Amino acid sequence: MDLIGAAAAWFMDPAHWNGANGVPYRLAQHVGISLVSIAIALAIALPVGLYIGHTRRGQALAINLANVGRAIPSLAAIAIVVPFTQMIDPGKGFNLYPTIIAMVVLAVPPILVNTYAGIAEVDRDLVESARGMGMTERQVLRSVEVPIALPVIVGGLRSATVQVIATATLGAIYGLGALGGFIVEGVAQRDDGRLFAGVFLVAALALLAEGGLALVQRRLSGPVSAAAAAAAAQAS
Amino acid sequence: MATAESVVFEHVTKRYGVAEARREAAAGRLPAAVDDLSFEVPAGRICVLVGPSGCGKTTSLKMVNRLIEPTSGRILIGGEDVATRDVIALRRSIGYVIQQVGLFPHQTVGENVETVTRLLGWAPERRRARSDELLELVGLDPSRYATRYPSQLSGGERQRVGVARALAADPPVLLMDEPFGAVDPIVRERLQNELLHLQDQLAKTILFVTHDIDEAIKMGDLVAVMQAGGHLAQFAPPAEILANPASDFVARFVGADRGLKRLALTRVNELDLMAPVTASPGEDAAEARRRALADPFPWLLLVDAMRRPLGWVEEADIPTSGNLTEELASAMSPLLDRRTTLKDALARLIEAEVQAGVVTDARGAVIGLVTAEMIFDWSRRTAEEARASEGPTRETAS
Repeated sequence: MDLIGAAAAWFMDPAHWNGANGVPYRLAQHVGISLVSIAIALAIALPVGLYIGHTRRGQALAINLANVGRAIPSLAAIAIVVPFTQMIDPGKGFNLYPTIIAMVVLAVPPILVNTYAGIAEVDRDLVESARGMGMTERQVLRSVEVPIALPVIVGGLRSATVQVIATATLGAIYGLGALGGFIVEGVAQRDDGRLFAGVFLVAALALLAEGGLALVQRRLSGPVSAAAAAAAAQAS
Repeated sequence: MATAESVVFEHVTKRYGVAEARREAAAGRLPAAVDDLSFEVPAGRICVLVGPSGCGKTTSLKMVNRLIEPTSGRILIGGEDVATRDVIALRRSIGYVIQQVGLFPHQTVGENVETVTRLLGWAPERRRARSDELLELVGLDPSRYATRYPSQLSGGERQRVGVARALAADPPVLLMDEPFGAVDPIVRERLQNELLHLQDQLAKTILFVTHDIDEAIKMGDLVAVMQAGGHLAQFAPPAEILANPASDFVARFVGADRGLKRLALTRVNELDLMAPVTASPGEDAAEARRRALADPFPWLLLVDAMRRPLGWVEEADIPTSGNLTEELASAMSPLLDRRTTLKDALARLIEAEVQAGVVTDARGAVIGLVTAEMIFDWSRRTAEEARASEGPTRETAS
């Protein structure tokens, strides 16, 4: 069976573009779940990462927590939290909340590690020079450390986003829908067109996010990478 | 224009406890202790803290802007204890330049120079005008440099921007931590001269850290020689440190060639120059010959109408009658600008294999003669004076 042909045929069917099981709705659902998860992960990981990077306190703890987060399979994370979230809300507590929690667990480590590593790697002389000129700790962080570390921080956001978009498909196993719905249904119904349409949509969304954030990262690192290039040129 | 202020160290000691030392080491720093440091830098003078690594010179500097807090003792700026001042306001009122310059790579040269004025809340136009003014002061055309990034500059240019940035809020005190440590010797020499030239106009109080004794002697009105353990080995003007080192450590640190180094501190116009017998072409030869013979240095220096030297006429070559002509001039001594150091003057005399050099003023006119013997005499006399003023406390080696 020609998979591309099957997927294309599936896409051509107007029935697949309508309703709660249609492409636009599930795409919006997928994007929404990913955005909410990333936003929560940022809200947790960014302040902690900035604090650890700036003060250099608690680095070991952060690495260990991040590693634990990485070691938990997302499917397991969903299964673990389901009983608890169901106590709050039997419906959303079965599919939506567990998926979001698992995605946050997935997204926190890369954002946290990149944030604190990016900040901690900022040249100490630069930081001391900023402090010596009379910047407050907050000003040092805001106008020196964060701008210089920003490409690294965005790098963490980028890998977190791609992982979340790809992994959020798991929620479909618990009946969440989103783009994973096409894959789960495709497998169950032996409908290769539906299955690969889902795979294609997830892959396209992940690549789009990856490309977009890579572009942001490249733009941000303009003057800093130019500095590195010039330093390298001078050294040679 | 803010006036300069004096900086006084009063029994300043910094010791690191085990916990603090470990924390600093974790942050990649190996700070040195400072032991009972006391000295006073009068307003408008350059004091160089010099010593081997680990002598506490950088620690001492950082205690002035409270990047490091002393364990005991006080540091006063303009009579006011820095510990009583708001640390942020204090730092904004002190210029700070570090070895790697510490320019922010993500900001343009102009933004870098505006750092402190921005922190102080100046209006953008005023900041910009001040930044342009400072870039011009350090010899960088603001229209060409203000929008560049530090990575697009040479090491020397970056260093100049660092100085401009430190001067932005017109601070009365400037701290410079090995500011010229990262540039090659030729650029360093130029930057040193530029800073001295700037200092002639600005008259800031500058604390300058270096491990290079030659730089200390060149830059300092006062030199604080520090030794391991953070002890102040000697605090004196450079000439005195060279002429009369307070200890064997200082003598070793300044080096066996300290006699030569002293020569580098004095300029030829500070000596009592010998007056040569001079005459211009067209003058009566017999009269000039008579004057030359009467002089202990029986050569005639031909000069033009502006008293610029044309060359020497040997006694035997001076005609007994007629007029002097320019063609009589046979030899020429090295011409030494009046600001030439004795060391350079001696080097030029040795190189030219002659006894005397002709010292000229800014317009090139003859002021007098300097001889190798005069330089030796000066060296001997001043060394004796320095020892006499100190009393017969120690035998001088070397």
